[in-house]
Amino acid sequence: MGDLLRVIRDDGHADPTADPKLSKDEVLALYRFMVLERTLDNRMLSLQRQGRIGFYGPSLGQEAAIVGAAFAMEPRDWIFPQYREPGAALVRGMPLKELIAQFFGNALDPIHGRQMPCHYVYRAGNFMSISSVVGSQIPLAVGAAWAATIRKDPVASLVYFGDGGTSTADFHTGMNFAGVFKAPVVFLCNNNQWAISVPVRRQTASETIAQKAVAYGFDGVRVDGMDALAVVAAVREAQRKAHAGGGPTLVEAVTYRLGPHSSSDDPTRYRDDKEVEAWRRHDPIDVLRTHLSAKGLWDAEAEKQLAQQLDDAITEAVHAVEAAPPPSLELLFTDVYAEMPWLRRLRGGRS
Amino acid sequence: MPQMNIVQAVNNALREEMRRDDRVVILGEDVGRNGGVFRCTEGLIDEFPDRVFDTPLAEGGIIGTAIGMALYGLRPVPEIQFLDFIYSAFDQIVSEAAKMRYRSGGQYTVPMVIRTPYGGGIKGGHYHSQSTEAYFCHTPGLKVVVPSTPYDTKGLLTSAIRDPDPVMFLEPKKIYRAFRDEVPEGDLTVPLGKAAVRREGKDVSLFAWGYMTHVCLEAAKRAAEKGWECDVVDLRTLVPFDIDAVLDSVKKTGRAVVVYEAAKTGGFGAEISAQIAERAIEYLRSPILRVAGFDTPFPYTLEDVYMPNADRVFAAIQKAMSF
Ligand SMILES: Cc1ncc(C[n+]2csc(CCOP(=O)(O)OP(=O)(O)O)c2C)c(N)n1
Ligand SMILES: [Mg+2]
Repeated sequence: MGDLLRVIRDDGHADPTADPKLSKDEVLALYRFMVLERTLDNRMLSLQRQGRIGFYGPSLGQEAAIVGAAFAMEPRDWIFPQYREPGAALVRGMPLKELIAQFFGNALDPIHGRQMPCHYVYRAGNFMSISSVVGSQIPLAVGAAWAATIRKDPVASLVYFGDGGTSTADFHTGMNFAGVFKAPVVFLCNNNQWAISVPVRRQTASETIAQKAVAYGFDGVRVDGMDALAVVAAVREAQRKAHAGGGPTLVEAVTYRLGPHSSSDDPTRYRDDKEVEAWRRHDPIDVLRTHLSAKGLWDAEAEKQLAQQLDDAITEAVHAVEAAPPPSLELLFTDVYAEMPWLRRLRGGRS
Repeated sequence: MPQMNIVQAVNNALREEMRRDDRVVILGEDVGRNGGVFRCTEGLIDEFPDRVFDTPLAEGGIIGTAIGMALYGLRPVPEIQFLDFIYSAFDQIVSEAAKMRYRSGGQYTVPMVIRTPYGGGIKGGHYHSQSTEAYFCHTPGLKVVVPSTPYDTKGLLTSAIRDPDPVMFLEPKKIYRAFRDEVPEGDLTVPLGKAAVRREGKDVSLFAWGYMTHVCLEAAKRAAEKGWECDVVDLRTLVPFDIDAVLDSVKKTGRAVVVYEAAKTGGFGAEISAQIAERAIEYLRSPILRVAGFDTPFPYTLEDVYMPNADRVFAAIQKAMSF
């Protein structure tokens, strides 16, 4: 139960018994998305500090868990994000410009400035709209997966949530319904050790989060969330099981939130820098890079080129969207209902 | 034409919509083999064994998974056994279902009908009696529908199931089996957002929904003996409510009595009163009056005192006429 699945050994080589055996292109793409998410986070945090976007919640340290899990699913599977998964949206093909426009909330934002930053959606990639309400996405993911089985569609759900999210009633009902109806769901808990300032020990007295699955009648696995290949291996197996009619799986990715909870948070108020530094030695991007190097797929030059390329792409996207005006006033009133002729009438003073 | 009570009308609407559209599914507590504790879903599991689901006992799970089904493209009709037990699902209703279309810029929608019996008069105490429609009316993105007759029950429920947005469908349980109407078999829709004038009169407008419509009709009969003619307007849909029907009636009578069984303060009748005050005050010949439940929890033994009845409505009519 306490076992932690790892694939990438300290020398960078994959443990052959657990290796998900990604192709060269796949593993390079995985790395690229992780670095993209990291670069995006750092740029957005700095835009926030400059007052150019209103808020940001980075995923620093969690890139392997976030990107790895999305990577392990198939495009037809649905993703129900928490609020820390821009990497998963990018894996699903969300254009960088749309994503960044959401952070600006301006006329180019696909959701018309209706939500605060980090609440993007991308239907074309089966990537669900984001709610701030911790845990609320869990039953939705179960319902969608259950619906797929009713329709006999080969579709599973991947749902992300945090260690804090496992304390919610929605986690319990979602897990319970999934177990009872054998819904094809991959529950991905990003156990990053903290829920803002509250440590995971205050969320649960269980030794692990993975073990909670047992009570719901299905398997829980615990993976090293700093090891992208371990995440891919565990989620891919869970996804295959779901597609084969084997029902849900809980995957606990043990990871760490290296940065602040959000741009509004100051983690020095509640945690020791030493703890952060200890986890930083297992930075998931470094871990995967060691693997790429060990396989002879990567060197300093490649790293430099990638950094430049991603930085340029983000700069270009920011420039393309930042100057757009606010959304039109009309959009304040649309999409409340499909049709709403009465709304205009009720809000328009005189009758 | 068949005679049906409200329970049978619910059942008939569900059955016909399930036949017409294989995306319609039912889930809830005891809705399968037992046919629902009020028997509204009786027999549906026999005809649709793969589309009617008895669920674990968790309202948040029922609604949360139903929302997921609707996102996926089904047309779920979850049942909450009593409105009084819906609150563990409240967050899913107001934060997820109601906001999905807006927050996703129309990319995702939640075509779902939450059916639930509401209201007092069945000796059910706090937890089987309340009439808390106002909580839902206060949430943009939800529609709220309350039938008062078997005919409307079938027509409104059918429209609600075909509606592209989430609908709260509140069934007045006190009159589930109180009387029968002629309800046609086959396609029957009653449009959402349209009130029905149940009785015409020139002196006082009575506004109500659900069981209170019948209380108003009884009071109107009594008022007629005094020579006062009441216009009885059954709102049928609270969101969106039929502002034109309300204003037309008030402009005709110049007097308004709003009747609802919820606690008086902040009830949906307060919104009707405010709309009348904002838009038609120049037509009023007496203050707008509300007859409602008291601002207490719903009581068990004295429920008949708590709930508006024809005497209390009649007293309000008298007050309006003698102002
Ligand atoms: C229901 C709810 N309660 C409180 C909050 C405020 N809040 C936002 S994130 C958060 C911590 C969540 O921790 P966790 O689930 O571990 O996810 P993480 O942020 O670590 O990724 C809190 C308390 C919220 N958004 N929703
Ligand atoms: Mg956390």
